Amino acid sequence: MNKILFGRYVPGTSFVHRMDPRAKLILSLIYIVAVFMANSWSAYVVSFIIALTIIASSGIAPKFFWDGVKPLIGVILLTVVIQVFFGVGGHVYWHWGILSITSDGLLNAVYIAIRFVLIILVSTVLTLSTSPLEISGAIESLFMPLKKIHFPVYEMALMLSIALRFVPTLIDETEKILNAQRSRGANFSSGSIMARLKKLVSILIPLFESAFNRAEELATAMESRGYQGGEGRSKYRVLNYTKNDIIGTIFMMASVALIMVLRNWS
Amino acid sequence: MSIAFESVDFVYQAHTPFENLSLRNINLTIPDGSYTAIIGHTGSGKSTLIQHVNGLLRPTKGLVNVDGQIINANTKNKQLVSLRQHVGIVFQFPESQLFAETVVDDVKFGPLNFGVSDTEATNRAKDALQKVKLPEEFWQKSPFELSGGQMRRVAIAGVLATNPKILILDEPTAGLDPQGRFEMMELFNELHHKEQLTILLVTHQMDDVANYADNVIVMDGGQIVKNGAPVEVFRDTKWLIKHQLGLPKAANFAIKLADRGVKFDKMPLDISGLVHQIVNVKDRRPSHE
Repeated sequence: MNKILFGRYVPGTSFVHRMDPRAKLILSLIYIVAVFMANSWSAYVVSFIIALTIIASSGIAPKFFWDGVKPLIGVILLTVVIQVFFGVGGHVYWHWGILSITSDGLLNAVYIAIRFVLIILVSTVLTLSTSPLEISGAIESLFMPLKKIHFPVYEMALMLSIALRFVPTLIDETEKILNAQRSRGANFSSGSIMARLKKLVSILIPLFESAFNRAEELATAMESRGYQGGEGRSKYRVLNYTKNDIIGTIFMMASVALIMVLRNWS
Repeated sequence: MSIAFESVDFVYQAHTPFENLSLRNINLTIPDGSYTAIIGHTGSGKSTLIQHVNGLLRPTKGLVNVDGQIINANTKNKQLVSLRQHVGIVFQFPESQLFAETVVDDVKFGPLNFGVSDTEATNRAKDALQKVKLPEEFWQKSPFELSGGQMRRVAIAGVLATNPKILILDEPTAGLDPQGRFEMMELFNELHHKEQLTILLVTHQMDDVANYADNVIVMDGGQIVKNGAPVEVFRDTKWLIKHQLGLPKAANFAIKLADRGVKFDKMPLDISGLVHQIVNVKDRRPSHE
């Protein structure tokens, strides 16, 4: 349970930590788009250097990033295999029915693996250096223009921050129930798949029960404190762009420009 | 069954920046058939300590010996199943572990997991529900239809039905009314005497400690700071008040009397002890009247 990386924020005061969450979110998205545009070795080398620079300026131990990539290795390998056998174009080395290994297929497979790793690394920087509340605040702020077309921005942001806020609570709750049922002899790591699924019921039902109770208590608590929707609510954490955001943006723009230049040259 | 801790350290979330040493050099022997209370502030390591007794947590360093079965950092999950059969834990707010469609089915969960036949499990469930004094009319109902106090009883029956030799109680009376609290504590005391259960009670109720326990462990910052009979531990009233752990009501009353010049031979811990002492004091001071 302690291995779950999602929503895990590592507090710090590094350059990246002090950036505005909106800037971090947008720059991460730009980086991801840029990585997809990259189509040559030199562009990937540049992308990789950018990712390493960002990681270094976040001041977070490399082990965390490895933990972020590790659970997705299976997915990456699967995509690579599919790409290798189904990719077409270039010199054909081997083929059998619809399966074939071609030079373009191999090249694309390597590119896709690199893209995957780079995107995971940079989005891990975002989630590790930004608290969940900051992220939902950023999303709220960025979606504000949609208010004009009656999109429920406040409600969406509230749902998001409540959901994120209760992830650790639900993890604790799960662990508690797991321990109670283990003490009553439930063994969740042995038996057939059906037997294991059956045992999961003894975790899921209490978990749902407590989640519903919690939701009801939270609603009561919010109403008794006069919550009437987000209209006109002021904020405790006011988002402000600072010098760091300007530096970050310039760095990212320069990097993207470099990737684009390399893309068009090769 | 006896329990021994030998220089146990436990590190929470080892090898991460969230690493946190939550037990420090615990040495402890709990004799077979004893009733031990564990007191200490929230976060002092009480819950971490009790989870070592049935292997939910394994020591980072050192070992735990439960009646000859050793638990250390390398113990495999498989080896722990037989241990858990003998060590029952009633967690805080245990009603949150209920899940089955009927009360009886929920109580049967434990025995069935330990490989008991269905009829035997049903018998044990009924037996346990009788022990916790849940009226028979509720047995076929859904546990979610019951009141909070009744759900607590079902959850405790669910632990008792596994026939543990060691019963660990983590604040079992939290959130109950005074009547329910008293009945619950009397039930555990009865089990302790009738079935020679070894009991470990984590509590903030000093009266329960004074009334039932024959041994007290005081924890602070992941360490055992005091370990002895209630009379010895409560003798150090200044230390307990300084650490805001509190005293049994009777002892508090006696201290107030002592401040006004009444002399006691020894600190009374429960009401009958206090009454006894006051009667003696009165007898010894006829000159004042």
